Amino acid sequence: MSGATHGILAAFEYPDSTVDAIESLRKAGFEEIRVSSPYVAHQIEAAMGWDGSPVRVCTLVGGLTGAAAGFALTARTSLWSARVGGRPELGVPASIVIAFELSVLFAALAAVIALLIAARLPRTRPNVVYDPSFSSDRFGVFVRVPPGRSDEACRILRERGPAELRESAEADHA
Amino acid sequence: MNEDILRILDTPGKGWWRLFPFAAAGAVLFLGSWAHQLVEGLGVSGLGGPVTWGVSMASFVFWVGIASSGVLISAVLFLFRTPWRQAVHRAAEVMTVCAMMTAGLFLLIHLGRVWRAYWLLPYPGSHLLWPNLRSPLLWDVFALSTYFVVSVLFFFLGMIPDLAAARDGTTGRRRELYRVISLGWRGTDRQWHHFGKAYLLLAGLATPLAVCVPSVVSWDFATTIVPGWHSTILAPYFVAGALYSGVAMVLTLVIPMRKAWGLEKYLTGKHLDALAKLCLLAGLVVTYAYAVQVFLAWYGADAVERASFWSRMFGSYWWASWTMITCTALAPQLLWFERVRRSIPALWAVSILVDIGMWLEYYVVIVTSLHHGYEPFMWHLYRPSFTEVGILVGSVCWFLFWFMLLTRLLPPVAISAVKEVLPPRMRHEREEVRP
Repeated sequence: MSGATHGILAAFEYPDSTVDAIESLRKAGFEEIRVSSPYVAHQIEAAMGWDGSPVRVCTLVGGLTGAAAGFALTARTSLWSARVGGRPELGVPASIVIAFELSVLFAALAAVIALLIAARLPRTRPNVVYDPSFSSDRFGVFVRVPPGRSDEACRILRERGPAELRESAEADHA
Repeated sequence: MNEDILRILDTPGKGWWRLFPFAAAGAVLFLGSWAHQLVEGLGVSGLGGPVTWGVSMASFVFWVGIASSGVLISAVLFLFRTPWRQAVHRAAEVMTVCAMMTAGLFLLIHLGRVWRAYWLLPYPGSHLLWPNLRSPLLWDVFALSTYFVVSVLFFFLGMIPDLAAARDGTTGRRRELYRVISLGWRGTDRQWHHFGKAYLLLAGLATPLAVCVPSVVSWDFATTIVPGWHSTILAPYFVAGALYSGVAMVLTLVIPMRKAWGLEKYLTGKHLDALAKLCLLAGLVVTYAYAVQVFLAWYGADAVERASFWSRMFGSYWWASWTMITCTALAPQLLWFERVRRSIPALWAVSILVDIGMWLEYYVVIVTSLHHGYEPFMWHLYRPSFTEVGILVGSVCWFLFWFMLLTRLLPPVAISAVKEVLPPRMRHEREEVRP
């Protein structure tokens, strides 16, 4: 349960060699790969097979909740109020503004909370193998290797011309 | 690239130290004038008669416009995938946050009795009286609170990767700060993937909000029957005005910034050219709105409306109206000429003129309509008092104070975003170059 799993960390300078490395590793059966990049690189996301996100549904739910809350607020506070100038107590045009604002507010909050949960932020325990150059100009590929396959992983990575290659250990996720 | 940007966050240069004390002194003037108004009451302002909204309200609308424009530049251009947005959007977002703070304060300032401001919130009180949610003044409360939260979230979220870069690139006490607020960002594929989705959604949410907020503020005026205010064009007029003043303010801030910090490589002449063109476009829309308002006043044949516009042009405030027209409608026509757009001092001068003109526009709309209303015996000449002028001048310094502080601490150019649009160095290109 506790302890460290071993893996290989390779730092690449070019996004295309990073993508090649990821694809070769996945083809060879290494599934536990993590890539760190200094900017959002769509080729890398595609190579890693990411698709869909819970953030979208959460945002929608947040927005609908906000709209409902807005209409509920205007309804509850207007139904027993005085009729001023012949205008109806519960007017849709007036309620729309508040309902819209609250729907945007709740949707935005939901999006941020969903992001923090999905991306597992904030990270309090430094259990991700990381090098400061990954936020500057290098792409980091960390692949977790089962015992006995580390030579094979090293060979695959070395073929793609990394700037740096080393063995690293990382603490298990909670 | 990281070194270039992060170097700025080190000890500030002489220029910063020369300007910052003035900004700080102005901020003190702002708070002092407001304190004087709080203690003595709104009587120390020039407000009176039908003119219940004056300089402070004009400033409020002005700063709200600038704030919403920052998100328009950031979010809308993101959705359109405009490449030149990446270098300028961080400065625009910092401007938004500082402008929101200033606008929020003006909301309280123009109220007078700020200790009663909580009456605006819908809470179940013992008096069993809810605020009137059908009033635009309450819509303002919801719109501005929402906008404040969403724009801060959008700003902070987009900055997390850059804060991580700052954490990795700096040392010392500052590093601790960046380490905490970057939330342990490691740039992993999982993080970037969800981040991309969330950022896109936030941009999509912030865009209608940036259109909605100046509209809701304009409805404070448009839903009344005051001549000169009661017009449906006010909402698009204020939205276009917001975009216009915001783009001009971005230019005003970014031009000295790039000079002071040597950012010419990232904020190139092309970026300034694009901003200038956007400024010109918004200026044309605002000019059209002026023309339509005047036309409708004549076309509608309402005597009071016509009289209000006549007084706006040729009455007691003719100087404000014509300065406004010169600064907002005439001056930016210079931007048609590429020579002007390429000349940095000329561009800066035009942007400052537009800023002044846009503030005057809100002043003209608010004060001239109020001072020359339906009842001739109520016509009242409004002159801002020293306290109000102190608040006005101080507020500009207050804004500058916070802008200078925030750009000291936070990366002023969006590092990861710019990297995204730079053509990546590919390994196969390098191998072709090697013999």
